[in-house]
Amino acid sequence: MPLDRSDVEKIAHLARLAVSESELDAVAGDLSNILDLVEQMDSADTVGVTPMAHPLHMAQRLREDRVTETDQRERFQSIAPATENGLYLVPQVIE
Amino acid sequence: MVWETVIGLEIHAQLATRSKIFSGASTAFGAAPNTQACNVDLGMPGVLPVLNREAVRMAIRFSAAIDAELARRSVFARKNYFYPDLPKGYQISQLELPIVGPGEVQILLDDGETRAVGVTRAHLEEDAGKSLHEDFHGLTGVDLNRAGTPLLEIVSEPDMRSAREAVAYARKIHQIVQYIGICDGNMQEGSFRVDANVSVRHPGEELGTRAELKNINSFRFLERAINFEVERQIELLEAGGEVVQETRLYDADRDETRSMRSKEEANDYRYFPDPDLLPVELDEVFIAEVTADMPELPDARRSRFNQVYGLKPVDAATLTVSRPLADYFERVVEVSGDTRLAATWVMGELSGALNRDGLEITAASVTAEMLGGMLRRIADGTISGKLAKQVFEAMWQGGGSADEIIEARGLKQITNTGAIEKLVDEVIDANPRQVESFRQADEKKQAKMLGFFVGQVMKASRGKANPQQVNQLLRIKLV
Repeated sequence: MPLDRSDVEKIAHLARLAVSESELDAVAGDLSNILDLVEQMDSADTVGVTPMAHPLHMAQRLREDRVTETDQRERFQSIAPATENGLYLVPQVIE
Repeated sequence: MVWETVIGLEIHAQLATRSKIFSGASTAFGAAPNTQACNVDLGMPGVLPVLNREAVRMAIRFSAAIDAELARRSVFARKNYFYPDLPKGYQISQLELPIVGPGEVQILLDDGETRAVGVTRAHLEEDAGKSLHEDFHGLTGVDLNRAGTPLLEIVSEPDMRSAREAVAYARKIHQIVQYIGICDGNMQEGSFRVDANVSVRHPGEELGTRAELKNINSFRFLERAINFEVERQIELLEAGGEVVQETRLYDADRDETRSMRSKEEANDYRYFPDPDLLPVELDEVFIAEVTADMPELPDARRSRFNQVYGLKPVDAATLTVSRPLADYFERVVEVSGDTRLAATWVMGELSGALNRDGLEITAASVTAEMLGGMLRRIADGTISGKLAKQVFEAMWQGGGSADEIIEARGLKQITNTGAIEKLVDEVIDANPRQVESFRQADEKKQAKMLGFFVGQVMKASRGKANPQQVNQLLRIKLV
């Protein structure tokens, strides 16, 4: 399943990655190769195999429902570019 | 042309846990901004999510309540999108293997019929933070206290055919999650959010293109938003246009829906299993333990109220709307020993007072014990039903128990025949003209005229005379 330049542009945009015009063809080629590899795997017989969701064969451990975190806002906000009234400030997003 | 409306709902119920779904930060509502957002909620490098057992228990309870297929194995996935209130760049959710599989609920329609509405699935996920767009000199403020709060997203089948049915279904889910204690149901605070997928088609045809309605924070607005949207789509189609698949925001002030953004690109979430979380496996011992103390569910309780207490179906439904109300009613019945009086007063004076003061039943200043105690005094003839309203009001204002108020205000009913007879004689003597015309009237007219005399005697007794005795004595003495 070969990807073309516009596929790469779209994927890059969704992932917020800057892929320059000159890189597009090379990236398209690399990604297509990966998809070819996955396609090869499609030919393997997987009837009766449970799809793997995680490489470790273990189940999720559960945590007790207890509040264990204290307020560390000052520390977190000391490394934030901009804050005001306890809020993190970011460039305006309008829906 | 005949159009058929097709509606499916996505409901986000905030789970009433103490801590977040993947971190130990508090979920308490109303804290100062970002004081309950820890490093996991902020998506700091190197942190790992650990799943909250209580959130899983709550999902299991919901599954049991709607008789769904509970998945013994479910998987968390990353839903990728960029927005400032989602610091990690992805929301942890469930896609292919949700914890709750197909189930159904029964809804009561306007014509009294019940109908099943399918629940496709319900999955666990984390909530995002909140963006505040005003007042920051061209910047957006972000509060991440809500980020990581556990949600159960409950997705229905497109089974509803009108706004009324959609509201009935949403109310039913709202009722169930509160009955089983997994969500406080507060729509104003956003603990229970409803999105509606709405489309129209000609009956028998394939599903039409749907619009997703958001920003609906009451059942009333849900009905209005859907009705507006249905009208809009029909007008559009009849004029030869096409419905675009998109998200639309409901604006309650203008009672309309507005396009928010095209979903085309936003929909490309590139889900994949979250490598930070292992599959959730539920064993039968855990499931049995979680479902052992399931409360009586709303439908069962309603039919019990109907059968055991002999309440009309509509009254049984009203009294089981919420678990606290149903508990209150049953306690009043227990204390007063009179089902009919209990139903009348809980649905009448009590509900009226709660509405008037904008209070929830749990905040009622008249407890079930107090109301039951007062009803006992009506049942044993100590006070009349009319004076009881005064007593109730006094209790509501904090005047003490019914017995204390009756005693302090001298509201005890006069049942002493001699005392009532004296009042009756006084009224007859004071109204010779009315007495004369009463005696000349025919029986039918007399029955009507008797009211005047009863009224006078009651007034003279300041409402305390036993009305039955007054009636009897008047009939004897007037003839």
